[in-house]
Amino acid sequence: MSESLTFHFDVDGEDFTSAGQASVQVKKNLRRLGISPEIIRQVSIAMYEGEINMVIHAGGGKADVVVSEDKIEIILVDKGPGIADIDLAMQEGFSTATDSVRSLGFGAGMGLPNMKRYTDEMTIDSVVGEGTTIKMVVNL
Amino acid sequence: MYKHSVELDVSKCTGCTTCLRHCPTEAIRIRDGHAVINEDRCIDCGECIRVCPNNAKKAMCSKFEHYQDYKWKIALPAPSLYGQFDNLEDVDTVLQGLLDIGFDDVFEVAKAAEYATEYTRLYLKSEGIKKPVISSACPVVVRLISLRYPYLRDNLMPILPPIEIAAKMARKKALEEHPEFKESDIGLFFISPCPGKVSYIRNGFGDYKSEIDVVISLKDVYFKLIGAMKKDNSPAIASETGMIGVGWASSGGESSAILNDDYLAADGIENVNKVLDAIENGNIPQLEFVELNACTGGCVGGVMTIENPFIARTRLHSVRRYLPVSVNRLPKGTHYIPENVLSYELPEYTPIARLSKSFSESMRMMAEIQEIKGTLPGIDCGACGSPTCKAFAEDIVRGQADISLCRVMNCSPKGEEENDS
Repeated sequence: MSESLTFHFDVDGEDFTSAGQASVQVKKNLRRLGISPEIIRQVSIAMYEGEINMVIHAGGGKADVVVSEDKIEIILVDKGPGIADIDLAMQEGFSTATDSVRSLGFGAGMGLPNMKRYTDEMTIDSVVGEGTTIKMVVNL
Repeated sequence: MYKHSVELDVSKCTGCTTCLRHCPTEAIRIRDGHAVINEDRCIDCGECIRVCPNNAKKAMCSKFEHYQDYKWKIALPAPSLYGQFDNLEDVDTVLQGLLDIGFDDVFEVAKAAEYATEYTRLYLKSEGIKKPVISSACPVVVRLISLRYPYLRDNLMPILPPIEIAAKMARKKALEEHPEFKESDIGLFFISPCPGKVSYIRNGFGDYKSEIDVVISLKDVYFKLIGAMKKDNSPAIASETGMIGVGWASSGGESSAILNDDYLAADGIENVNKVLDAIENGNIPQLEFVELNACTGGCVGGVMTIENPFIARTRLHSVRRYLPVSVNRLPKGTHYIPENVLSYELPEYTPIARLSKSFSESMRMMAEIQEIKGTLPGIDCGACGSPTCKAFAEDIVRGQADISLCRVMNCSPKGEEENDS
């Protein structure tokens, strides 16, 4: 089987309180495909962190989850401010989140490190002032 | 086969779609003009009983009158029972009432709950356990976790719920006090606030079989009790429960008793789902303990209770006011939880959402679902008999519904009809 399935989500940057919903939806879809609970957890955590990042930093964006026979790809595209120093951004505890976001319990600087931890591959393409594209792969 | 306790009276059901839209696991469909419950998905939460405008849904319970053969009948009242009465000053009045309506003895589930609290504190101190520990007292939550949150199975506290601890203690006490009876002479009657506990008792969990013999509805007992309870009689029986035991009846009671601030208590099935999603994704603060109750307000919100859960909770507050904190303590220096209150049994994880056993077939079906969903009106009206357009698309692909059932698509546009006339 060479076909793949794509689940597309528009992540709304206006409404902070709705952030995290695409992750729940992805989880439900993956359950329908009979994917193992451990893989579903990895994908939904990576997806959740990515979704939150797009809402906090980029005013929303687009997320595609592509399921194929041997892997699940998560592609997050936003037109936000971009990441100036990716190595720094990958450090645990580093965050540029505002105080108001931190007061909600976010902005702990664990988003990107967690996305890397829970996926098998992760690449970040970012141009300051233009936006960021993150691709993650979880192998099945 | 799992024996459910939520049942449908087809003759009363009008197929109105109210339950369809409220079922948290999308277990209901309307077929041939009435509701049908998918038994694999139903978690016996009782939400459909709560919302049915025609009283067509009910919880299957036994009648006290039908079980008079037991020589020694023991009532095991859930603490939520105490919250049902107006101006109740003393729990003893309720216990005496139970004797007056025909029970030979009473063993309070709240008493066992105090031991469960003590065991919980011990368990939280054990090494190598998965945190946060999730309470296993609400059977609906336990079933939900075993069906939908397999990753959290190890977080469930492996301690039997208070009902079972109460049942074991009650039987032991009866045999000690009445050596003239055989074990089979003793009948343990649990007075249940909810269908979830009824199902738990009927099915057990995994290989564990419940110690309860008969489950009767709190509602049934309430109506017998109000006739029998008299304030002025001096009860011959005294409650053996403190604030903690009674507190288990409402949300937050169980967790506040663990004497540790790092806990969360959530109630109402939607909130329970949200909290479980959050724990699974790891995006909640570090917690020691999580108490989840499927019913709003906790057990006082069970569909087999009489009183509004918030009123019941307030009443429990006044009942609790002059009680000692806890009456049932483990002997000092107890470091181990007795083997007979531990239970690691869970029903096997069944991937109920899975479309097909074959991954490629699931992928094909999922693609078809997405395609069909795109053609549906997307207003989730429920007229086709499925709860949402998405669920309808899935039902079509699973071969359980036909697209012609969509009333909206098959309705000619209103403008044309008006032109004809």
